[in-house]
Amino acid sequence: MAQSNTKKKPVGSMIVMGIISIALYTTLLLKQDLLNSTFAQGGWYALLPIIMAFVFSYFHGSFTGSFWTVLGIEAARKKKEVK
Amino acid sequence: MDIMSNFINLDAITILYLFGVGFVGGLVSGFIGSGGAFVLTPGMMSLGVPGLVAVASNMCHKFPKALVGSIKRFKYGQVDVKLGLVLGVSAEAGVLYGAHIQEKIKAAFGDAGSNLYVSVAFVVILATVGGFVLRDAWKTYKSGNMDTKEKAGKLALWVQSINIPGTMVYFKSINARVSVLFTIPLGFATGMLAATIAVGGFIGVPAMIYVLGAPSLMASATELVIAFVMGLGGSLKYAMHGLVDIRLAMIILAGSLFGIQLGAIGTTYVKPFMIKVVMGLIMVIVLFSRGLMVPVYLAQLGLIDKMADSTVKLLKTTSFAIMIAALLLGAFIVLRAMWQGKQAEKLQQASGALEHEQI
Repeated sequence: MAQSNTKKKPVGSMIVMGIISIALYTTLLLKQDLLNSTFAQGGWYALLPIIMAFVFSYFHGSFTGSFWTVLGIEAARKKKEVK
Repeated sequence: MDIMSNFINLDAITILYLFGVGFVGGLVSGFIGSGGAFVLTPGMMSLGVPGLVAVASNMCHKFPKALVGSIKRFKYGQVDVKLGLVLGVSAEAGVLYGAHIQEKIKAAFGDAGSNLYVSVAFVVILATVGGFVLRDAWKTYKSGNMDTKEKAGKLALWVQSINIPGTMVYFKSINARVSVLFTIPLGFATGMLAATIAVGGFIGVPAMIYVLGAPSLMASATELVIAFVMGLGGSLKYAMHGLVDIRLAMIILAGSLFGIQLGAIGTTYVKPFMIKVVMGLIMVIVLFSRGLMVPVYLAQLGLIDKMADSTVKLLKTTSFAIMIAALLLGAFIVLRAMWQGKQAEKLQQASGALEHEQI
């Protein structure tokens, strides 16, 4: 039954990225008034939501990627290349 | 004006709702390169978020989502970064021009006029392009050529055959040199549509397939690069006016990053024509949703008889329900196709192992 070519699942990465992701979202919700009042000022403050979006997408994106891999949901092996 | 009044209070139900819609929207986007925004923006507005803040917050979740999706699909060899960037830059110009037209229409005809313009754009474009995409997918299905490599159509071959010195660029997805004089208007139209109906991909993806001759999988993956470029520019523009509600954007992003990874994985299990099936179906269903609203706006503008409030409410609710149904149907097809692909792969592996043992 067991496949000989089973890859190591990225459980460690999922946990670390998951914890960072949860910490980011907790901070977002706890400090929402401060964040919104700062970001609503516009002008140069416009860079803040953009930076924040990049930071969240890096940590949460890594977490969600590992999450599906750990669940065994991965790309099909046969179609690596599409031309 | 108190700018903080732009931002609604968030409770657990609202957070779960945004997360859920984000997930389904992300799933569809990961698969066809766009989608979700046409439900997210009205969805946020139904929570009491002002229109512009809803558009801005949607944009601010779109570009990081598209970035994650395009990186994932790049790993599968599906992204043409150069084509995405070339189209993305002209799409950015289209977004600005589209937003300018919207402002002019709003100033001249008010909210009802602006809504009517958006709905008519939806109906006309989705009927033409969506109908064409769906017809093409149906023809492929009927011909039984679902497994054969996609070939560029007559229009794409003609576009590829035109040589305008000094403007030719090689694109790997097309495997040919194409003049940027063709890509610029396509990108521009994608951006204009994104500014009008929030989903530029409904023009961008079919244009890459039928006008430039890119394979469906590469077109839908490359659309994510365009969405990233457009979303980044758009978010910056709105953020400069303090219109982004970062909480809404990041909560939707939380759901959509789960979805987009799954949608991207899904593309490796399906036959390329499934991209056209999902995209065409969503476009045609959304067309009916927006079509229902046309009489409402016509009545508001006094072009037809006034409608009873109950009728307006019924049409609005039905229209929104059809939009959600379109997105859910898209997500269902993606998940079903993925499940079937996974089962087929397992079966193949099992029979392969059996053959190996017999040898």
